[in-house]
Amino acid sequence: MDYLTQQLINGLSIGATYALIALGYTMVYGVLRLINFAHGEVYMMGAVVAYWIAIGIAPWGWPVWGALAVIFGGAMGACAVLGFAIEFFAYRPLRNKPRLVVLITAIGVSLLLQNLAQTRYVFGPTPEAFPAVIEAKTVVRWTMGGPDNVVTVSNLDLLSLGLSLGLMGVLAWVVLRTRQGLALRAVSYRFDTSSLMGINTNRTISFTFMLGSALAAVAGVVDAIRYDVRPLMGLMPGLKAFVAAVLGGIGSIPGAFVGGLVIGLIETLVKGYLSSAYSDAVAFVVLIVILLVRPSGILGRYEAEKL
Amino acid sequence: MALLEISNLTVQFGGLRALSGFDFELDEGQLHGLIGPNGAGKTTAFNVATGVYQPTMGDVRLAGESVVGARPFEINRLGIARTFQNTRLFSGLTVLENVLVGFNQSVTHGFWGTILRTPHHQREDRMHEHEAMRLLERFGLANRSEELAQNLPYGDQRRLEIARALATRPRILLLDEPAAGMNPQEKIALMDLIRFIRDEFSIGIWLIEHDMKLVMAICERITVLDHGETIAVGTAAEVQADPKVIEAYLGEPVG
Repeated sequence: MDYLTQQLINGLSIGATYALIALGYTMVYGVLRLINFAHGEVYMMGAVVAYWIAIGIAPWGWPVWGALAVIFGGAMGACAVLGFAIEFFAYRPLRNKPRLVVLITAIGVSLLLQNLAQTRYVFGPTPEAFPAVIEAKTVVRWTMGGPDNVVTVSNLDLLSLGLSLGLMGVLAWVVLRTRQGLALRAVSYRFDTSSLMGINTNRTISFTFMLGSALAAVAGVVDAIRYDVRPLMGLMPGLKAFVAAVLGGIGSIPGAFVGGLVIGLIETLVKGYLSSAYSDAVAFVVLIVILLVRPSGILGRYEAEKL
Repeated sequence: MALLEISNLTVQFGGLRALSGFDFELDEGQLHGLIGPNGAGKTTAFNVATGVYQPTMGDVRLAGESVVGARPFEINRLGIARTFQNTRLFSGLTVLENVLVGFNQSVTHGFWGTILRTPHHQREDRMHEHEAMRLLERFGLANRSEELAQNLPYGDQRRLEIARALATRPRILLLDEPAAGMNPQEKIALMDLIRFIRDEFSIGIWLIEHDMKLVMAICERITVLDHGETIAVGTAAEVQADPKVIEAYLGEPVG
């Protein structure tokens, strides 16, 4: 039991960051029907910006919570600007072009950011450990039966889960209870019609990109603290979060959240019970299965193709 | 100067001239019909007036100001709202939310106002919700306000679409075949509703409709299009008697 419990805790902790990234995929898909393949790189840039802020504020010796607030806030703000810029410069000029054109552009933006990050002006090619802003330590420790059967929860697990749950709540409130959220939902149902009803669709799309990018930044900072910062760190989490969004039902916000947690759990269980060699592959097995069995995902809405 | 003035409007798609030299005027409180066979350019005229298409030539002026080149949401905010041939509601939003989207344009608080929940913001939100419910009451939809738009019966969906357009506080309302698919009783109710809207909201209504009885009964003036050309303008009696209209569209005089 203890081993399984430990795996589940780890899975939720990892899944929470997938969920945060997946939300951005699904929201952008909702309004533009575009898979923004540069989204994983926004997550990576969140980590990079956080790294620079952490280095910058290190000499001041701020208390942990103050430092974390500045690091997270700075990364979220910077990534919101980055998300805005990506949409404005790369996707908006192609708004009325075939979707494939925009998709290929998204892959181009992804490669551009990956390679920019590898230059020394932005970050550099080698992985760097995140400055010791917060030390990983065990905050909950259950002993189950004997000294070998221990379940632990670290402060980083709590940070990851707490942030993603909290932000999910904030996002739900923004989308369901605010006027900007209503505009976002209206645009996702009918793009052209919402414009004729007085909604500034361009502004709504910018808002969507900024919101999704800020969430990805949070995931990037959590993983930067948990692991390290690398210019190519966005690749795998980006793809897995995409799978999570498809699993939950692309376009569905609760779906992306559930999908992220499920992918995290599956991955960790495979790692724990089969082999860590399969842990990356299993997400894509899930993608193939979901596309075969239930292409609309767990919570996705069925969209009839118009003829 | 009329509230809505369209002059010498020409729309060309490649080699196809969808509309040529179209002139039109509409004032507050007027009900003007636009009829003609399929493909005559009726919906094209609506699409230009709402900024969906750009005209090849000619001008559209609202209260004297040209709106050519403005984006659809800007034209809507200036005062032109519309409905669609096939209803285009936000299917997954509730009835109330569909109407609230219409109020979206008149919001004066920005995103930070939303986040900080300033008293001004809260007052504005409550006011809009109240107005939206009042609008739904007038359309007999208040008791369904929490239902998803897609679950409404067809007639209710059509009326909700009109309510949503009115929520944007237009000065000109364009109705694109509002009676399509309605049964005779619903059509009679619709006629009353359209007259009621014109008087209650004191706006100009421009109506595309294939149901001749309805058009003839409620429109003071009617424009007839055929192949993008205006073949007749006048009262119901005048256009019904026009030989060109009979030949192109009506076939025989209607009762």
